Amino acid sequence: MSGPGKDRPPILELRGVGKSFRGTPALSDIHLAVYPGEVVGLVGDNGAGKSTLIKILSGVHRPDSGSLLIDGVAVDSSRYGVAQARSMGIETLFQESTLGEQQPLWRNIFVGRALVNRWGMLRVAEEKRVTMEILRRYVGLQGRAITADTPVQTLSGGERQGVAIGRAMYFDARLVVLDEPTTALSLGEVDRVLTFIEQLSRQGRACILISHNVGHIYRVASRFLILDRGEMVASYDRQDISLGDLHGRLLQIHGGAR
Amino acid sequence: MAFLHRYRLQLGITALLAMLLALFALLSPQTFLGGRIYISFLSTIPFIAILALGLTFLVIAGELDMSFPSLMAMAGLLFAEIYLRTASPWLGFVAALAAGGIGGLLNGLLVVKVGVPSIIATIGTQFFWRGLSALLASGLARNIASIRGTDFHQLMVGRVLGIPAQALWFLALAILLALLLNRHVFGERVLFTGDNLRAARLNGVDTDRVRLWLFTMMGLLSAFVAVLVCLEMGNWWPTQGEGYLLLVFAAIFIGGTSVFGGRGTLYGTCIGAIIIGIIEAGIISAGFSGFWTRLVHGLIIVVSVSIYATIFRTGRS
Repeated sequence: MSGPGKDRPPILELRGVGKSFRGTPALSDIHLAVYPGEVVGLVGDNGAGKSTLIKILSGVHRPDSGSLLIDGVAVDSSRYGVAQARSMGIETLFQESTLGEQQPLWRNIFVGRALVNRWGMLRVAEEKRVTMEILRRYVGLQGRAITADTPVQTLSGGERQGVAIGRAMYFDARLVVLDEPTTALSLGEVDRVLTFIEQLSRQGRACILISHNVGHIYRVASRFLILDRGEMVASYDRQDISLGDLHGRLLQIHGGAR
Repeated sequence: MAFLHRYRLQLGITALLAMLLALFALLSPQTFLGGRIYISFLSTIPFIAILALGLTFLVIAGELDMSFPSLMAMAGLLFAEIYLRTASPWLGFVAALAAGGIGGLLNGLLVVKVGVPSIIATIGTQFFWRGLSALLASGLARNIASIRGTDFHQLMVGRVLGIPAQALWFLALAILLALLLNRHVFGERVLFTGDNLRAARLNGVDTDRVRLWLFTMMGLLSAFVAVLVCLEMGNWWPTQGEGYLLLVFAAIFIGGTSVFGGRGTLYGTCIGAIIIGIIEAGIISAGFSGFWTRLVHGLIIVVSVSIYATIFRTGRS
């Protein structure tokens, strides 16, 4: 269990976290620690609680019980929202779109963390400059007339994912949470996303990857966690399990539940 | 070229206004080539335009407010009644704004906290405020003609170098609100709230708070306009504000704001309000009967929104 960087405290840790919606438990007693340079693959069937877990990590939902630690320090969950998560280096790429379709790219890059002067007026020129930089570095502008003013609705799925990834990179995320980032992407675009995840880990950043595609997870993750009906039921290090066995275990867990 | 494309909606609506003015000038040069008609426009159009500015924000955020005409009646009654009892227009003004703000906030709470769709919630409060103001006024008008001599009257609707003060109030509000929408972080939150509520939340935008502010702002602006109307007319009457509902919506949609939220222009709304405001005078001074007004309003609305839907593809996708 001595992966890279485990001598340092985990970037993010959950201790006994639980969450229910209108009395129905969605998560119970979740323990999870993610260390620098680590890629954690989170798998589970539909309704296993993956989305709820992600929304707790990203500050969208507040846990009912348990505690959340960042760099080994407990965070006051009543003050932990999206802005706080982002400012502590936790970036989330949600499965559902977080882009305003009709809004220009520069607004989409900075929404929720706008660069403002002391009266709250946007520093538009600077936001547009940074947007162009992100576009050049992460989206690629081959032959496409994309500028900071381009509305998101004209972008392809891969370009959108590039914008989301570029945003996470630019804001210097230490932990990137990706929820089904490869759904509906072309083969080449899938490869770019997986390569990006491998880069993150080499840079000492951490990553939590959620996917239905066990093959994608197996390629990049160093540890696999299996979530079933709101509980963490199994954990494997990559060297201890083959892709085939992981697949088998998943079918066994989810199939056996029926 | 990029500029032309980006502002094609604004340019189109401005061209429509220019065409209408040219047409009216051709049909009745003695009226539309003189200055008096424009001074008259500057005294009446700001009422529609200020209301439309506030409502444009709500429509961009994906919400509606059908209650503002009744909220105007309530705020106007408070203004008139308090002025008559205390002889202080300022006290009446503050009370009117307070009522407008509270009424707007109430709309917001119904929509955001209770979860009633805004069109339904504000139809309900429209009836409520109209009924309450009629009840409190016993259905009678309030004559406040004596307010015409006060400084307050001069400040709000007097003439500044011959220009009606309400036009200057409108101009100041329009500039302030345009900056708020296009260059302030609050405006950005409004745009994302209307564009995609869930996405806005995932980006950390407090969409509930944004909408509460917008409903409150609309209430405050309604009260402000109610006071202006009372001052201009020297009178409060129980159906005050009723005529504005459809005109204000017409101004916004002629102006090119999307009913689906996430997109809108205050410039377009202003031009839309001017178009709505000049048509009646144009028709009557051209020698047609006033009955034509509504018909032409209807034509312009249908044609302009059809152009937006086809050329600019503003439909639901």
